[in-house]
Amino acid sequence: MAMMYSKKVMEHMESPKNVGSIENADGVGKVGNPVCGDVMSMFIKVENGIITDIKFKTYGCGAAIATSSMMTEMVKGKTIGEAEKITKDQLAKELDGLPNIKLHCSVLAVDALHKAIADYKGKHK
Amino acid sequence: MKRIYLDNAATTKPRSEVIEAMLPYQTEKYGNPSSLHSMGREAAEAMEESRATIAKHLGSKPEEIYFVASGTEANNTVLKGVAFQKKKGHIITQTTEHDCVINATKWLGSQGFDITFLDVDDKGVVHEDTLREAMRDDTILVSIMAANNEIGTIQAINRLGAIAHEGKALFHTDAVQAFGKMPLSLENIDFLSASAHKLYGPRGVGFLFKRDGVWITPLLHGGGHERGLRSSTENVAGIVGFAKATELAFAEMGSEAAREIALRDSLIKGVLEIKDSWLNGHPTNRLPNNANFGFRFIEGEGLVLRLDLKGIEASTGSACSSKNLRPSHVLTSMGLKAEDAHGSLRLTLGRESTKADMDYVLEMLPGVVESLRAMSPLTE
Repeated sequence: MAMMYSKKVMEHMESPKNVGSIENADGVGKVGNPVCGDVMSMFIKVENGIITDIKFKTYGCGAAIATSSMMTEMVKGKTIGEAEKITKDQLAKELDGLPNIKLHCSVLAVDALHKAIADYKGKHK
Repeated sequence: MKRIYLDNAATTKPRSEVIEAMLPYQTEKYGNPSSLHSMGREAAEAMEESRATIAKHLGSKPEEIYFVASGTEANNTVLKGVAFQKKKGHIITQTTEHDCVINATKWLGSQGFDITFLDVDDKGVVHEDTLREAMRDDTILVSIMAANNEIGTIQAINRLGAIAHEGKALFHTDAVQAFGKMPLSLENIDFLSASAHKLYGPRGVGFLFKRDGVWITPLLHGGGHERGLRSSTENVAGIVGFAKATELAFAEMGSEAAREIALRDSLIKGVLEIKDSWLNGHPTNRLPNNANFGFRFIEGEGLVLRLDLKGIEASTGSACSSKNLRPSHVLTSMGLKAEDAHGSLRLTLGRESTKADMDYVLEMLPGVVESLRAMSPLTE
């Protein structure tokens, strides 16, 4: 059965924002497993507690790419505290919804960001 | 944007001749073939002519053809019909069958039948020895597809059927992808399933060939249509369309197969120039219209969606495009690792496919693969 993706998901799928990696990133988070078909890496640059730059690399379906891309857009310019509060539901809502079977992709994007933030915090205790 | 349809294993575009042949039976000739009046008789006649046409091309007797609504129904009718008729015993099938065969046999397993799923080799081929070793005294049915829907691999159904017949088993083949695309001999076959919409006919009609003298329990009980095997008012328009599609497919089979093989092989050659790519299935022993590729480091759903944006309509065996989030059982059965099965792309040609279409795919595909790899963390 074809996936019913929103127009917004397709837009992010077609032209994802902030693709790539950051050299000497302040925090890196990698989650997922190629066996399951999803791997996400997020790279953050942090200045004075604000995420000034964020990039991602994703191996996965349209929803995985779109949620990664949307997450980077939502996070950029936010404080660490604000970014940590972004939920999978907000992410899905910003994308005008995700098919039920794809909701785990939004969980993965949240996990990747949290892991990158934890990595940053670990380095800057 | 120009659309290039390369998903002909999913379904095909009904031919105008088919629609034209069907139309009267959806408009003025709407009689029920069971009715005694002239409009009913007219419908019955059209249906029997269609049956005879299909039988002639298949090489069976007309009364051995039973019309049903789909390939899935034909397969379920055989598997469950034989099982219900025999009441107990052992059923053999194999791991790359279509979901309807896999799930119907699994269900029969839950009802007390013994089930064996034969392994295939890395090209998707069922070996004769594998079947021979699995045969038992109580084997009632062997079901092996004629050609695979994902990778196009063709099975030696006549030799496998002969092995089933060395024992007491009946032999069924799911020929939904093969019928009309390659010659099929019924020599060692007791049951064969086919579907109209795979050969430019309408959706919603299929047939089951059942050898004379073999009886199976029907799934549907009712007015006794189709000689008691499949009660339901017949889909006369669909049946007429199926016969027309069959006639046309068999008339063009040899030349069309040769044309598609040439196009497909040029496509395969070009695609395999992409780094870290490979062909899934058998290099030569495959359906004329099937090409199935694997690409490392990327995932098939993204690939299909991005090709769609370029006007290319394709499909994938990736987990993400499936309802159960598991990668294609066909690809993993051949020994592909899950992560390699996720990166599969199926391109299935049809009678409207052209050299220009292949050239366009070869122009677009490398860039699309490259763009997804650039985004993939697995290439690091």
